[in-house]
Amino acid sequence: MRLVTRGFKGRPRDASVSDRLPPGQYLVRDFPVLSAGPTPHTPLSEWTFSINGEVDEAKRWTWAEFRDLPSETITRDLHCVTKWSKLDTTWEGVSVDTLLAGVVSAADYVMAFCDGGYTTNLPLEDLTGGKAWIAFAYDGQPLEPEHGGPARLLVPHLYLWKSAKWVRGLQLMNDDAPGFWETYGYHMYGDPWQEQRYSGD
Amino acid sequence: MAGAAVQRRLSWRVGEVAELVDETPRVRSLVMSVQDWPGHLAGQHVDVRLTADDGYQTQRSYSIASPPDIAGRVAVTVERIDDGEVSPFLAGEVQVGDMLEFRGPIGGYFVWDVAAGGPLFLVAGGSGVCPLMAMLRHRAARASTVPTRLLYSARSLDDVIYRDELDRLAAAADGLEVSYTLTRAQPVEWNGYRRRVDRAMLEEVAWPPWEQALTFVCGPTPLVESVAEALVQLGHDAARIKTERFGPTGG
Repeated sequence: MRLVTRGFKGRPRDASVSDRLPPGQYLVRDFPVLSAGPTPHTPLSEWTFSINGEVDEAKRWTWAEFRDLPSETITRDLHCVTKWSKLDTTWEGVSVDTLLAGVVSAADYVMAFCDGGYTTNLPLEDLTGGKAWIAFAYDGQPLEPEHGGPARLLVPHLYLWKSAKWVRGLQLMNDDAPGFWETYGYHMYGDPWQEQRYSGD
Repeated sequence: MAGAAVQRRLSWRVGEVAELVDETPRVRSLVMSVQDWPGHLAGQHVDVRLTADDGYQTQRSYSIASPPDIAGRVAVTVERIDDGEVSPFLAGEVQVGDMLEFRGPIGGYFVWDVAAGGPLFLVAGGSGVCPLMAMLRHRAARASTVPTRLLYSARSLDDVIYRDELDRLAAAADGLEVSYTLTRAQPVEWNGYRRRVDRAMLEEVAWPPWEQALTFVCGPTPLVESVAEALVQLGHDAARIKTERFGPTGG
Protein backbone atom coordinates (compact mmCIF):
# COMPACT_ATOMS: atom_id res chain seq x y z
CA MET A 1 0.00 0.00 0.00
CA ARG A 2 1.36 3.40 -0.90
CA LEU A 3 -0.84 6.29 0.08
CA VAL A 4 0.55 9.65 -0.97
CA THR A 5 0.09 12.08 1.90
CA ARG A 6 -1.61 15.13 0.45
CA GLY A 7 0.67 18.15 0.63
CA PHE A 8 3.67 16.40 2.20
CA LYS A 9 7.00 17.21 0.56
CA GLY A 10 9.63 16.29 3.15
CA ARG A 11 13.18 17.51 3.35
CA PRO A 12 15.23 17.98 0.18
CA ARG A 13 16.56 14.54 -0.78
CA ASP A 14 20.25 14.09 0.00
CA ALA A 15 21.62 11.04 -1.82
CA SER A 16 24.92 11.11 0.09
CA VAL A 17 23.02 10.52 3.31
CA SER A 18 20.00 8.55 2.10
CA ASP A 19 22.21 5.59 1.10
CA ARG A 20 23.11 5.26 4.74
CA LEU A 21 19.59 5.65 6.13
CA PRO A 22 17.55 2.46 6.52
CA PRO A 23 13.87 2.66 5.51
CA GLY A 24 11.72 4.93 7.70
CA GLN A 25 14.72 6.54 9.45
CA TYR A 26 15.69 10.22 9.61
CA LEU A 27 18.97 11.85 10.46
CA VAL A 28 19.74 13.56 13.78
CA ARG A 29 22.80 15.52 14.86
CA ASP A 30 22.23 15.31 18.61
CA PHE A 31 22.15 12.08 20.61
CA PRO A 32 18.66 11.35 21.94
CA VAL A 33 18.27 9.36 25.15
CA LEU A 34 15.67 6.63 25.63
CA SER A 35 15.25 4.32 28.57
CA ALA A 36 12.36 2.75 30.43
CA GLY A 37 13.23 3.79 33.97
CA PRO A 38 15.62 5.70 36.21
CA THR A 39 19.28 5.70 35.21
CA PRO A 40 21.24 3.27 37.44
CA HIS A 41 24.45 4.44 39.08
CA THR A 42 26.55 1.43 39.97
CA PRO A 43 29.91 2.40 41.54
CA LEU A 44 32.85 1.07 39.54
CA SER A 45 34.06 -0.70 42.69
CA GLU A 46 30.92 -2.87 42.54
CA TRP A 47 30.80 -3.25 38.77
CA THR A 48 31.57 -6.60 37.19
CA PHE A 49 31.04 -8.09 33.76
CA SER A 50 29.99 -11.74 33.51
CA ILE A 51 29.65 -14.39 30.86
CA ASN A 52 27.47 -17.19 32.12
CA GLY A 53 24.58 -19.49 31.26
CA GLU A 54 25.25 -22.40 28.90
CA VAL A 55 29.02 -22.32 29.20
CA ASP A 56 31.46 -24.88 30.58
CA GLU A 57 32.99 -22.27 32.83
CA ALA A 58 31.54 -18.86 33.66
CA LYS A 59 33.82 -15.81 33.43
CA ARG A 60 33.83 -12.56 35.33
CA TRP A 61 35.86 -9.35 35.23
CA THR A 62 36.08 -6.48 37.68
CA TRP A 63 36.15 -2.97 36.19
CA ALA A 64 39.94 -2.86 36.49
CA GLU A 65 40.31 -6.28 34.86
CA PHE A 66 37.88 -5.31 32.11
CA ARG A 67 39.72 -2.09 31.37
CA ASP A 68 43.01 -3.99 31.15
CA LEU A 69 41.66 -5.94 28.19
CA PRO A 70 42.68 -4.75 24.72
CA SER A 71 40.19 -2.25 23.34
CA GLU A 72 39.37 -0.81 19.92
CA THR A 73 38.09 2.46 18.52
CA ILE A 74 35.01 1.94 16.38
CA THR A 75 33.14 4.40 14.13
CA ARG A 76 29.66 3.29 13.13
CA ASP A 77 26.18 4.56 12.23
CA LEU A 78 23.43 4.08 14.82
CA HIS A 79 19.78 3.37 14.04
CA CYS A 80 17.11 3.65 16.73
CA VAL A 81 13.72 1.98 16.31
CA THR A 82 12.12 5.32 17.29
CA LYS A 83 13.21 6.45 13.79
CA TRP A 84 16.35 8.50 14.34
CA SER A 85 19.73 7.59 12.92
CA LYS A 86 23.05 9.12 13.81
CA LEU A 87 26.02 8.74 11.47
CA ASP A 88 29.73 8.24 12.21
CA THR A 89 29.57 7.84 15.98
CA THR A 90 32.91 6.98 17.55
CA TRP A 91 33.24 4.59 20.45
CA GLU A 92 35.93 2.79 22.37
CA GLY A 93 35.24 -0.67 23.66
CA VAL A 94 36.32 -4.25 24.18
CA SER A 95 35.34 -6.59 21.38
CA VAL A 96 32.93 -9.31 22.47
CA ASP A 97 35.31 -11.69 20.64
CA THR A 98 37.93 -10.82 23.25
CA LEU A 99 35.52 -11.59 26.09
CA LEU A 100 34.38 -14.86 24.54
CA ALA A 101 37.90 -16.09 23.80
CA GLY A 102 38.33 -19.47 25.49
CA VAL A 103 34.63 -19.82 26.36
CA VAL A 104 33.36 -23.29 25.51
CA SER A 105 29.67 -23.39 24.68
CA ALA A 106 27.12 -24.97 22.34
CA ALA A 107 24.74 -22.01 22.77
CA ASP A 108 23.29 -20.17 19.78
CA TYR A 109 21.68 -17.21 21.59
CA VAL A 110 22.57 -14.61 24.17
CA MET A 111 20.59 -12.59 26.68
CA ALA A 112 22.38 -9.37 27.57
CA PHE A 113 21.54 -8.34 31.15
CA CYS A 114 21.92 -4.97 32.78
CA ASP A 115 21.68 -2.86 35.89
CA GLY A 116 18.06 -1.78 36.32
CA GLY A 117 16.75 -5.12 35.08
CA TYR A 118 16.85 -4.46 31.32
CA THR A 119 17.51 -7.42 29.04
CA THR A 120 17.73 -7.99 25.29
CA ASN A 121 18.23 -11.13 23.24
CA LEU A 122 20.53 -11.66 20.25
CA PRO A 123 21.90 -14.56 18.21
CA LEU A 124 25.43 -15.35 19.39
CA GLU A 125 26.74 -15.01 15.83
CA ASP A 126 25.67 -11.35 15.83
CA LEU A 127 28.00 -10.69 18.74
CA THR A 128 31.08 -12.38 17.26
CA GLY A 129 33.32 -11.76 14.28
CA GLY A 130 34.03 -8.10 15.02
CA LYS A 131 30.37 -7.04 15.10
CA ALA A 132 29.87 -6.16 18.77
CA TRP A 133 31.67 -4.43 21.64
CA ILE A 134 31.30 -3.57 25.29
CA ALA A 135 31.80 0.18 24.90
CA PHE A 136 33.07 2.37 27.73
CA ALA A 137 33.81 5.62 25.91
CA TYR A 138 31.93 7.78 23.42
CA ASP A 139 33.55 10.54 21.40
CA GLY A 140 36.73 10.19 23.42
CA GLN A 141 35.03 10.64 26.80
CA PRO A 142 33.93 8.13 29.44
CA LEU A 143 30.43 6.98 28.58
CA GLU A 144 27.87 9.11 30.45
CA PRO A 145 25.32 7.28 32.61
CA GLU A 146 22.35 8.46 30.53
CA HIS A 147 23.94 6.91 27.45
CA GLY A 148 24.63 3.64 29.27
CA GLY A 149 27.80 4.30 31.23
CA PRO A 150 29.96 2.96 32.64
CA ALA A 151 29.61 0.42 29.83
CA ARG A 152 27.05 -0.61 27.26
CA LEU A 153 26.74 -3.26 24.62
CA LEU A 154 27.29 -1.87 21.12
CA VAL A 155 25.83 -3.88 18.24
CA PRO A 156 25.50 -1.19 15.59
CA HIS A 157 24.16 -3.41 12.79
CA LEU A 158 20.92 -3.94 14.76
CA TYR A 159 18.41 -1.39 16.10
CA LEU A 160 19.85 0.41 19.09
CA TRP A 161 17.61 -1.22 21.73
CA LYS A 162 19.82 -4.31 21.20
CA SER A 163 22.84 -2.22 22.30
CA ALA A 164 21.87 -2.58 25.95
CA LYS A 165 22.84 0.26 28.28
CA TRP A 166 24.40 -0.44 31.70
CA VAL A 167 25.25 -3.95 30.54
CA ARG A 168 26.61 -6.27 33.20
CA GLY A 169 26.93 -9.51 31.31
CA LEU A 170 25.96 -11.96 28.63
CA GLN A 171 23.97 -15.09 29.43
CA LEU A 172 24.45 -17.73 26.74
CA MET A 173 21.32 -19.71 25.86
CA ASN A 174 20.59 -22.77 23.75
CA ASP A 175 17.22 -21.37 22.67
CA ASP A 176 16.10 -17.87 21.82
CA ALA A 177 13.95 -16.05 24.39
CA PRO A 178 12.53 -12.51 24.36
CA GLY A 179 14.21 -9.76 26.35
CA PHE A 180 12.54 -6.65 27.75
CA TRP A 181 11.26 -4.81 24.66
CA GLU A 182 10.90 -8.04 22.72
CA THR A 183 8.32 -9.13 25.31
CA TYR A 184 6.34 -5.99 24.47
CA GLY A 185 6.11 -6.77 20.78
CA TYR A 186 9.43 -5.53 19.45
CA HIS A 187 11.21 -7.71 16.91
CA MET A 188 13.28 -10.64 18.11
CA TYR A 189 16.14 -9.76 15.71
CA GLY A 190 15.82 -6.07 14.78
CA ASP A 191 17.64 -5.55 11.46
CA PRO A 192 17.13 -1.87 10.52
CA TRP A 193 17.75 -2.55 6.82
CA GLN A 194 14.86 -5.06 6.86
CA GLU A 195 12.85 -2.62 8.99
CA GLN A 196 12.30 -5.29 11.63
CA ARG A 197 10.81 -2.96 14.23
CA TYR A 198 7.99 -5.04 15.62
CA SER A 199 7.01 -8.68 15.89
CA GLY A 200 5.92 -9.89 12.46
CA ASP A 201 7.85 -7.23 10.48
CA MET B 1 10.19 -6.22 34.27
CA ALA B 2 7.93 -8.68 32.49
CA GLY B 3 4.65 -8.32 30.69
CA ALA B 4 2.17 -9.89 28.38
CA ALA B 5 3.52 -10.87 24.99
CA VAL B 6 2.17 -9.03 21.97
CA GLN B 7 2.69 -11.19 18.92
CA ARG B 8 0.19 -9.62 16.56
CA ARG B 9 1.57 -8.17 13.35
CA LEU B 10 1.23 -4.42 13.16
CA SER B 11 -0.09 -3.55 9.74
CA TRP B 12 -0.41 -0.06 8.30
CA ARG B 13 -3.88 1.47 8.55
CA VAL B 14 -5.41 4.59 7.10
CA GLY B 15 -7.05 7.10 9.39
CA GLU B 16 -9.21 9.97 8.22
CA VAL B 17 -8.54 13.21 10.03
CA ALA B 18 -11.88 13.92 11.68
CA GLU B 19 -11.00 16.87 13.86
CA LEU B 20 -8.16 19.31 14.47
CA VAL B 21 -7.78 20.95 17.87
CA ASP B 22 -5.41 23.87 18.41
CA GLU B 23 -4.15 23.20 21.93
CA THR B 24 -1.60 26.03 22.13
CA PRO B 25 -0.02 28.32 19.51
CA ARG B 26 2.56 25.58 18.82
CA VAL B 27 0.59 22.43 19.47
CA ARG B 28 -2.25 20.81 17.56
CA SER B 29 -4.15 17.59 18.14
CA LEU B 30 -5.22 15.45 15.20
CA VAL B 31 -8.18 13.18 15.87
CA MET B 32 -8.30 10.34 13.38
CA SER B 33 -11.23 8.13 12.62
CA VAL B 34 -10.04 4.59 11.91
CA GLN B 35 -11.96 1.44 11.12
CA ASP B 36 -11.14 -1.84 12.86
CA TRP B 37 -8.85 -0.21 15.40
CA PRO B 38 -7.91 -3.08 17.75
CA GLY B 39 -7.87 -0.77 20.76
CA HIS B 40 -4.93 0.39 22.84
CA LEU B 41 -3.77 1.05 26.36
CA ALA B 42 -3.27 4.56 27.68
CA GLY B 43 0.42 5.36 27.21
CA GLN B 44 0.96 3.44 23.95
CA HIS B 45 2.03 5.14 20.73
CA VAL B 46 1.60 4.91 16.98
CA ASP B 47 4.02 5.24 14.08
CA VAL B 48 2.85 7.69 11.44
CA ARG B 49 4.17 7.25 7.87
CA LEU B 50 4.16 10.12 5.40
CA THR B 51 4.70 9.65 1.67
CA ALA B 52 5.61 12.42 -0.77
CA ASP B 53 4.42 12.20 -4.37
CA ASP B 54 7.88 11.05 -5.54
CA GLY B 55 7.65 8.06 -3.21
CA TYR B 56 9.89 9.45 -0.45
CA GLN B 57 8.70 8.23 2.93
CA THR B 58 9.47 9.09 6.51
CA GLN B 59 8.02 8.01 9.85
CA ARG B 60 7.60 9.46 13.31
CA SER B 61 6.27 8.08 16.57
CA TYR B 62 3.51 9.87 18.50
CA SER B 63 1.89 8.96 21.78
CA ILE B 64 -1.81 8.33 21.61
CA ALA B 65 -3.55 11.10 23.54
CA SER B 66 -7.07 9.68 23.30
CA PRO B 67 -8.28 7.11 25.79
CA PRO B 68 -8.99 3.52 24.78
CA ASP B 69 -12.60 4.08 25.76
CA ILE B 70 -13.60 5.88 22.55
CA ALA B 71 -13.94 3.25 19.83
CA GLY B 72 -12.58 3.96 16.37
CA ARG B 73 -10.79 7.14 17.36
CA VAL B 74 -7.06 7.74 17.69
CA ALA B 75 -5.80 11.21 18.61
CA VAL B 76 -2.20 12.37 18.54
CA THR B 77 -0.92 15.72 19.73
CA VAL B 78 1.91 17.28 17.75
CA GLU B 79 4.22 20.08 18.84
CA ARG B 80 5.55 22.14 15.95
CA ILE B 81 9.34 22.06 15.76
CA ASP B 82 10.21 25.02 13.54
CA ASP B 83 12.93 23.32 11.50
CA GLY B 84 11.31 19.89 11.71
CA GLU B 85 10.44 17.83 8.67
CA VAL B 86 7.17 16.36 9.85
CA SER B 87 5.73 18.34 12.75
CA PRO B 88 5.15 21.63 10.84
CA PHE B 89 3.23 19.57 8.28
CA LEU B 90 1.13 17.62 10.79
CA ALA B 91 0.53 20.58 13.09
CA GLY B 92 0.07 23.11 10.30
CA GLU B 93 -0.94 21.79 6.92
CA VAL B 94 -3.07 18.71 7.51
CA GLN B 95 -6.77 19.39 7.02
CA VAL B 96 -9.93 17.64 8.12
CA GLY B 97 -10.68 14.88 5.63
CA ASP B 98 -7.02 14.11 4.88
CA MET B 99 -5.89 10.49 5.07
CA LEU B 100 -2.89 9.51 7.21
CA GLU B 101 -1.12 6.16 7.35
CA PHE B 102 -0.18 4.81 10.73
CA ARG B 103 0.27 1.59 12.66
CA GLY B 104 0.03 0.55 16.26
CA PRO B 105 -0.60 0.42 19.09
CA ILE B 106 3.07 0.10 20.05
CA GLY B 107 4.72 -0.31 23.44
CA GLY B 108 3.33 -2.06 26.45
CA TYR B 109 5.50 -0.87 29.33
CA PHE B 110 4.69 2.82 29.75
CA VAL B 111 0.97 2.05 30.11
CA TRP B 112 -1.72 2.33 32.74
CA ASP B 113 -5.28 1.21 33.03
CA VAL B 114 -7.73 1.42 35.89
CA ALA B 115 -7.12 -2.23 36.77
CA ALA B 116 -3.50 -1.34 37.62
CA GLY B 117 -4.81 0.84 40.44
CA GLY B 118 -2.75 3.46 42.21
CA PRO B 119 -2.03 5.80 43.68
CA LEU B 120 -0.81 7.32 40.47
CA PHE B 121 1.86 9.99 40.12
CA LEU B 122 2.30 11.59 36.72
CA VAL B 123 5.07 14.05 35.90
CA ALA B 124 4.95 15.85 32.55
CA GLY B 125 7.32 18.24 30.85
CA GLY B 126 5.88 20.12 27.87
CA SER B 127 4.33 17.84 25.26
CA GLY B 128 5.33 14.88 27.44
CA VAL B 129 1.87 15.31 28.90
CA CYS B 130 0.32 13.53 25.88
CA PRO B 131 0.53 9.86 26.99
CA LEU B 132 -0.30 10.94 30.55
CA MET B 133 -3.42 12.69 29.24
CA ALA B 134 -4.55 9.39 27.73
CA MET B 135 -4.27 7.92 31.24
CA LEU B 136 -6.27 10.77 32.79
CA ARG B 137 -8.92 10.57 30.06
CA HIS B 138 -9.17 6.81 30.56
CA ARG B 139 -9.46 7.31 34.31
CA ALA B 140 -12.28 9.82 33.80
CA ALA B 141 -14.04 7.71 31.17
CA ARG B 142 -14.14 4.81 33.61
CA ALA B 143 -15.24 7.06 36.49
CA SER B 144 -12.19 5.85 38.40
CA THR B 145 -11.38 7.48 41.72
CA VAL B 146 -7.81 6.15 41.87
CA PRO B 147 -5.89 8.83 43.80
CA THR B 148 -3.90 10.61 41.14
CA ARG B 149 -1.52 13.55 41.08
CA LEU B 150 -0.25 15.27 37.94
CA LEU B 151 2.72 17.61 38.13
CA TYR B 152 3.00 19.43 34.82
CA SER B 153 5.95 21.66 33.91
CA ALA B 154 5.41 24.13 31.07
CA ARG B 155 7.11 27.32 29.96
CA SER B 156 4.04 29.50 30.46
CA LEU B 157 0.31 29.15 31.01
CA ASP B 158 -0.23 29.57 27.27
CA ASP B 159 2.02 26.57 26.68
CA VAL B 160 -0.07 24.27 28.89
CA ILE B 161 -1.61 21.68 26.59
CA TYR B 162 -5.17 20.49 27.43
CA ARG B 163 -5.44 23.27 30.02
CA ASP B 164 -9.23 23.65 30.03
CA GLU B 165 -9.76 19.92 30.09
CA LEU B 166 -7.25 19.43 32.90
CA ASP B 167 -8.92 22.15 34.94
CA ARG B 168 -12.29 20.50 34.31
CA LEU B 169 -11.00 17.08 35.30
CA ALA B 170 -9.41 18.43 38.47
CA ALA B 171 -12.61 20.32 39.38
CA ALA B 172 -14.51 17.01 39.47
CA ALA B 173 -12.89 16.38 42.88
CA ASP B 174 -12.75 12.65 42.20
CA GLY B 175 -9.26 12.14 43.56
CA LEU B 176 -7.29 13.95 40.84
CA GLU B 177 -5.00 16.82 41.80
CA VAL B 178 -3.21 18.88 39.17
CA SER B 179 -0.17 21.04 39.98
CA TYR B 180 1.54 23.28 37.47
CA THR B 181 4.97 24.77 37.42
CA LEU B 182 5.59 27.55 34.90
CA THR B 183 9.29 27.85 34.28
CA ARG B 184 9.61 30.98 32.12
CA ALA B 185 6.60 33.26 32.48
CA GLN B 186 3.78 33.37 35.01
CA PRO B 187 0.50 35.30 35.12
CA VAL B 188 0.43 38.22 37.55
CA GLU B 189 -1.53 36.40 40.21
CA TRP B 190 0.04 32.95 40.02
CA ASN B 191 0.22 30.85 43.11
CA GLY B 192 1.58 27.73 41.48
CA TYR B 193 5.24 26.80 41.16
CA ARG B 194 7.55 28.91 39.02
CA ARG B 195 10.74 26.87 38.63
CA ARG B 196 12.00 23.67 37.08
CA VAL B 197 10.85 20.52 38.85
CA ASP B 198 13.30 19.83 41.65
CA ARG B 199 13.63 17.57 44.63
CA ALA B 200 11.87 19.96 47.04
CA MET B 201 8.91 20.26 44.67
CA LEU B 202 8.69 16.48 44.31
CA GLU B 203 8.79 16.11 48.08
CA GLU B 204 5.73 18.38 48.27
CA VAL B 205 3.77 17.00 45.33
CA ALA B 206 4.65 13.29 45.05
CA TRP B 207 2.99 10.64 47.17
CA PRO B 208 5.16 9.61 50.11
CA PRO B 209 7.36 6.65 49.18
CA TRP B 210 5.45 4.26 51.47
CA GLU B 211 2.35 4.76 49.31
CA GLN B 212 4.17 2.76 46.60
CA ALA B 213 2.71 4.94 43.86
CA LEU B 214 2.89 3.99 40.21
CA THR B 215 4.93 6.76 38.67
CA PHE B 216 5.08 7.82 35.03
CA VAL B 217 7.49 10.54 33.93
CA CYS B 218 7.42 11.88 30.38
CA GLY B 219 9.16 14.90 28.93
CA PRO B 220 12.51 16.11 27.65
CA THR B 221 15.54 14.11 28.76
CA PRO B 222 16.87 16.61 31.35
CA LEU B 223 13.51 16.65 33.14
CA VAL B 224 13.09 12.88 32.99
CA GLU B 225 16.63 12.26 34.24
CA SER B 226 16.41 14.72 37.13
CA VAL B 227 12.90 13.72 38.22
CA ALA B 228 13.60 9.99 38.14
CA GLU B 229 16.87 10.45 39.99
CA ALA B 230 15.32 12.70 42.66
CA LEU B 231 12.46 10.27 43.23
CA VAL B 232 14.91 7.40 43.74
CA GLN B 233 16.88 9.56 46.19
CA LEU B 234 13.65 10.37 48.05
CA GLY B 235 13.15 6.65 48.60
CA HIS B 236 10.81 5.71 45.77
CA ASP B 237 11.17 2.21 44.33
CA ALA B 238 13.00 2.54 40.97
CA ALA B 239 11.03 -0.44 39.65
CA ARG B 240 7.78 1.56 39.98
CA ILE B 241 9.10 4.59 38.06
CA LYS B 242 8.49 4.36 34.33
CA THR B 243 9.99 6.91 31.98
CA GLU B 244 9.54 8.04 28.42
CA ARG B 245 11.41 10.80 26.58
CA PHE B 246 10.01 13.47 24.37
CA GLY B 247 12.86 15.18 22.64
CA PRO B 248 12.31 17.91 20.06
CA THR B 249 14.62 15.92 17.82
CA GLY B 250 14.36 16.11 14.07
CA GLY B 251 10.62 16.70 14.62
